[in-house]
Amino acid sequence: MAKKSKNETNSVRVPVNKTYKLYIGGAFPRTESGRFYSPEVDGVSLGSICLSSRKDLRNAIVAARSAQAGWASRTAYNRSQILYRIAEMLEGRSEQFVAELKSQGLNVARAKKEVASSIDRLIYYAGWCDKYQQIFSSVNPVASSHFNFSVLEPMGVVFVVASEDSPLLGLISAIAPIIASGNSVVALASESKPLSAITLAEVLHTSDLPGGVVNLLTGNAGELVEHAAKHLDLNAIAFDRDNAEQLELIARESAANVKRVRKLCLDWTDVESANPYLIHDYCEVKTTWHPIEKISASGSGY
Amino acid sequence: MSAVSPNEKFETSWDLAPAPESTDHVNLESHYDLFIDGEFRPSKSGNRFASVNPATEETIAEVTEADQADVNVAIKAARKAHDNVWSKMPGAERGKYIYRIARLMQEQARELAVIESMDGGKPIRESRDIDIPLAAAHFFYYAGWADKLNYAFPNRRPTSLGVAGQVIPWNFPLLMAAWKIAPALATGNTVVIKPAETTSLTALKLAEIFQQAELPPGVVNIVTGHGEVGAAIVNHSDVNKVAFTGSTDVGKIIQKSLAGSEKSLTLELGGKAANIVFEDATIDQAVEGIVNGIYFNQGHVCCAGSRLLVQESIHDELVRKLKHRMDSLIVGDPLDKNTDIGAINSSEQLNTIESYIQIGKDEGAQFYQPSCPVPEKGFWCRPSLFTDVAQSNRIGQEEIFGPVLAVQTFRTVAEAIQKANNTPYGLSAGVWTDKGSKIFNLTSQMRAGIVWANTYNKFDPTSPFGGYKESGFGREGGLHGLSAYLKV
Repeated sequence: MAKKSKNETNSVRVPVNKTYKLYIGGAFPRTESGRFYSPEVDGVSLGSICLSSRKDLRNAIVAARSAQAGWASRTAYNRSQILYRIAEMLEGRSEQFVAELKSQGLNVARAKKEVASSIDRLIYYAGWCDKYQQIFSSVNPVASSHFNFSVLEPMGVVFVVASEDSPLLGLISAIAPIIASGNSVVALASESKPLSAITLAEVLHTSDLPGGVVNLLTGNAGELVEHAAKHLDLNAIAFDRDNAEQLELIARESAANVKRVRKLCLDWTDVESANPYLIHDYCEVKTTWHPIEKISASGSGY
Repeated sequence: MSAVSPNEKFETSWDLAPAPESTDHVNLESHYDLFIDGEFRPSKSGNRFASVNPATEETIAEVTEADQADVNVAIKAARKAHDNVWSKMPGAERGKYIYRIARLMQEQARELAVIESMDGGKPIRESRDIDIPLAAAHFFYYAGWADKLNYAFPNRRPTSLGVAGQVIPWNFPLLMAAWKIAPALATGNTVVIKPAETTSLTALKLAEIFQQAELPPGVVNIVTGHGEVGAAIVNHSDVNKVAFTGSTDVGKIIQKSLAGSEKSLTLELGGKAANIVFEDATIDQAVEGIVNGIYFNQGHVCCAGSRLLVQESIHDELVRKLKHRMDSLIVGDPLDKNTDIGAINSSEQLNTIESYIQIGKDEGAQFYQPSCPVPEKGFWCRPSLFTDVAQSNRIGQEEIFGPVLAVQTFRTVAEAIQKANNTPYGLSAGVWTDKGSKIFNLTSQMRAGIVWANTYNKFDPTSPFGGYKESGFGREGGLHGLSAYLKV
């Protein structure tokens, strides 16, 4: 009998490819537009990546807005633990991230370094969650009979145009200080290297981070930044690309609702690029006055 | 509600004898040149305009209308002063100049107060007790920061930005000049500032004080004129920092025009603050706070408590008491020490306010105004109140910048928070309740930069001021006010 056994026929197992999707409101939808693009590295396609539309952006902003108040009302200790949890999940998936960074064009050594730095950066900001307030808030010695203090509060919803060249470390370095204080985020991933962001969504999803606090879109910045800048329910935009034209467009259209615009473009491999001033950049300072009753003194504080 | 008992109502039939502040000690020139590079200089064009007393409609002095050429010279002087002198001077020495300015302002406080009331129409009680002392205190506070900046920003060595272009409004002329100039100087920047066209005089008196303090030439330059002059400053390519206080509309224009530049920007814009009164508040104190919140400075206040949110259960009682209190307010001569509400700053602003009053009436809200006498000449608006205001009414949504209060009701804490935050603005808010935990809940839920609990319209140099959302960004005052003028 020359007949081959069944096992011999299927000796090469066919791998199961992942369908790359967006991350909006704690769910993994495909783009509503049905559009895809296929970035290539050295002639090899990375796969079919969602080309997010204006509608996807708006859906993501709605999800971010809905999640923001709840996230901000978590205790600082809880936010700290959740950021730490993200780092734990990332550590456990290191190999997958290294492999993806490799397929996106990094050599193994650099890919490993990028993953390690990303994990460490999350730990760094996890630690800041319950500390930055003590660094930046104040009790103000007013010259009247009032108790007066200033604290930081999150701005609200922040749109991030994440680094094109640092697809994991850049994205995490931009997002972590924003969510540390209780903001929510809609982030547009690197267009040419989107895999890290898509897999990061899976990490976030298993890290006790409430759905909608971080929303990740893939696609083309040129298509989306103007809509984001004009959107009236965004509080701030962080721009981490070397594109003066897009930055100017964002700055101009952000005047529609007096959005805060932060240009990043930092060297994220430099540890000094991570600091609590980046948390402050996405916070508002609130000052509260309250009279102090002066019993038996002349005059009241009212 | 029970009927008004006689002793519950203010006796308003008294006529107080006039108690005008003397103007004898006021030294004003017939006209003022621009203050550039340490000296008063005529403009290139020679154009001038009148600064009018809004209480008499008489011209107090003529002020110079600067143009692009003058702005260029001023910015050049500021650049030179920054690069060669001011940014290189040790902080301790810079600080001593700023202390001098504060001391001279204190010495000349009476004259400055009278001019402020003559030029802008605000009651002398306010310019004397609030505007001028606070302006001097602001310089005194920031003077001390000049040699301590490294302590304000842990792990950083901050440096000055360069030339600051500043544009300020007419509601607190000298105080706004102090808010802008003092932190800029303490941090080693030099300044080109434009006062509002209707209220330039105290800024020009401040220029005389700079001369008396021997402030190095070019450190502060004051160019007067209308909106085009402000535009020329903020759009100048050699300005590194722009600071603007004024309307949200103009703030948006500035934000747009700076797009693509490297200039840093802070904006302090409009507001439509909710002043929230709960049924457990001490009502008489709340009434005083409401009056101070909206009728202070004729309501020309970006953080004015212009929306009163009253818990439904006390609405009738509170509105009755508020109307009685309004009946006792004295509208008239800003220089009279009895005056509660002075002159509206300009005829243009009076037109705006009157058009909003008409809009409110047309929208169906109930209007109330006491029938107090007002002078024949000048621009006046009696304290005004609208009840039954709907959330969608324009008088409840838009900044009027006058003595006009819009009253709405709420039933629950959640409804109060929702209504208070339902505005594109986010500058300030007020909360009145006797319950401490409710205060902290409310103050932390307000999307606003300043929240007054059981008080309103209090200001201090150590207290950061500035808005959320469309009320602008950046803070003025306190440690937080430093970062607007530093590369950190």
